[in-house]
Amino acid sequence: MDQPNLKTTPLHALHQELGARMVPFAGYEMPVQYPLGVLKEHLHTRAAAGLFDVSHMGQIVLRAKSENVREASQALGRLVPVDVVDLAPGQLRYAFFTNARGGILDDLMVANRGDHLLLVVNAARKEADEAHLRAQLGNECDVERLDRALIALQGPKAEAALALLAPECVSMRFMDVRTLTLMGAECTVARSGYTGEDGFEISIPADIAREIAEELLANPYLAPIGLGARDSLRLEAGLCLHGSDIDERTTPVEAGLFWAIQKVRRRGGGREGGFPGAEIIFGQLEHGAARHRVGLRPEGRAPVRAGAPLFAAEDASVQIGTVTSGGFGPSLNAPIAMGYLPTAFAVPGATVFAELRGERLPVAVTRLPFIEPKYKRG
Amino acid sequence: MLKYTEEHEWLRLEGDIATVGITAHATELLGDIVFVQLPEVGATLAKGDGAAVVESVKAASDVFAPLAGEVVELNQAIVEDPAIVNADPQGAGWFFKLRLADVRAMDGLMDEAAYKKLTG
Repeated sequence: MDQPNLKTTPLHALHQELGARMVPFAGYEMPVQYPLGVLKEHLHTRAAAGLFDVSHMGQIVLRAKSENVREASQALGRLVPVDVVDLAPGQLRYAFFTNARGGILDDLMVANRGDHLLLVVNAARKEADEAHLRAQLGNECDVERLDRALIALQGPKAEAALALLAPECVSMRFMDVRTLTLMGAECTVARSGYTGEDGFEISIPADIAREIAEELLANPYLAPIGLGARDSLRLEAGLCLHGSDIDERTTPVEAGLFWAIQKVRRRGGGREGGFPGAEIIFGQLEHGAARHRVGLRPEGRAPVRAGAPLFAAEDASVQIGTVTSGGFGPSLNAPIAMGYLPTAFAVPGATVFAELRGERLPVAVTRLPFIEPKYKRG
Repeated sequence: MLKYTEEHEWLRLEGDIATVGITAHATELLGDIVFVQLPEVGATLAKGDGAAVVESVKAASDVFAPLAGEVVELNQAIVEDPAIVNADPQGAGWFFKLRLADVRAMDGLMDEAAYKKLTG
């Protein structure tokens, strides 16, 4: 790959030495796969553990000028329909920035770090998100972009692998976030991920990231995993990709993400509304949305990809929906997809038809996720 | 006789029947193949016609008819198990057999040395 102006992460040289195939992604040169290949990298993550470089994502510190984290939480609550005020220190929560039409500007993770909030946002949106935060919250909060590496450790052996560097990680539960020392460096560790497996996401100072990654990779259970497998893993887990399954024209209700809107932010709650698009979102919560995100299982082996139109019948001429993410699920050994359908068709067990290479292929509507998540709760 | 095309297909000629597949280089570019769609037996293909489709985890790719001919046999094994194409692309991973309209057209294709040069 020889594209000028592509950014690189602190692990770039390591990826090349490991034989990764590098591709441009969100302005960075990133590993899409290593010699193991997408299929085996995916299966390895679910059977053992995988190490992912996600340093291209944005890490943003939101700190109240008053230094009171509650103020930062209240401020952020003006931009997300999620309850941040009651997010306890050492806890992580899924959130999304909404716009005036109730659409989703980006989805993100918010961590309460005691005296500030740490936000992790999508790579493709990080500049826009930072600008959004500054424009809306700049009066009461400082917005600081962190220049640190971010790696994910995912799979049943992830805890054992991380415990060799930081034994305290074994007492962490899903959505806990702590400062742990790895090889003498202070790292922010969250028990979370984007694969449906147990695992951790670790923010590391850039100058020691490679050393820590190599130390972790010395573990025979751990393999480096590229963006190709990251995508098939999250698709099997039924997780959205902003820009594909959710965007400025999809509401959290349509996307099936309304569970992330705590009661206290809903109509009748103590901190009702106060975020962009509240009336539209409340209307959909009360009366139902016109369309819903669903899981899709094409008949046969052919994958049905993003953009494929969906129809009610084999010979129907009116498109009723679209596939928003699609590919092959290695753990299911079958093609899988996600898309939006009108409420009447968004019923597990229903059959719709996708258009693929000029033919109509039957597709079953299914629940999400496709695999059983393995989060370490309780 | 073994020949190659610029679209990373190989052909092995026996009499007037050419066995067609995709090269190891092609499978490296594609990655893990998860789906193969083969043409119909009896189909008449012109050179450059879409003949088959392979899907890797990430994307679909067309396999073109390297020369004009009639499809006479299919390798059903790779439909059942697409991984065979990655494992043995120039042997067990063959796609289909073509009865060539003009056997002499094989002369216009690359030999192994020329293909190796192309793929570096």
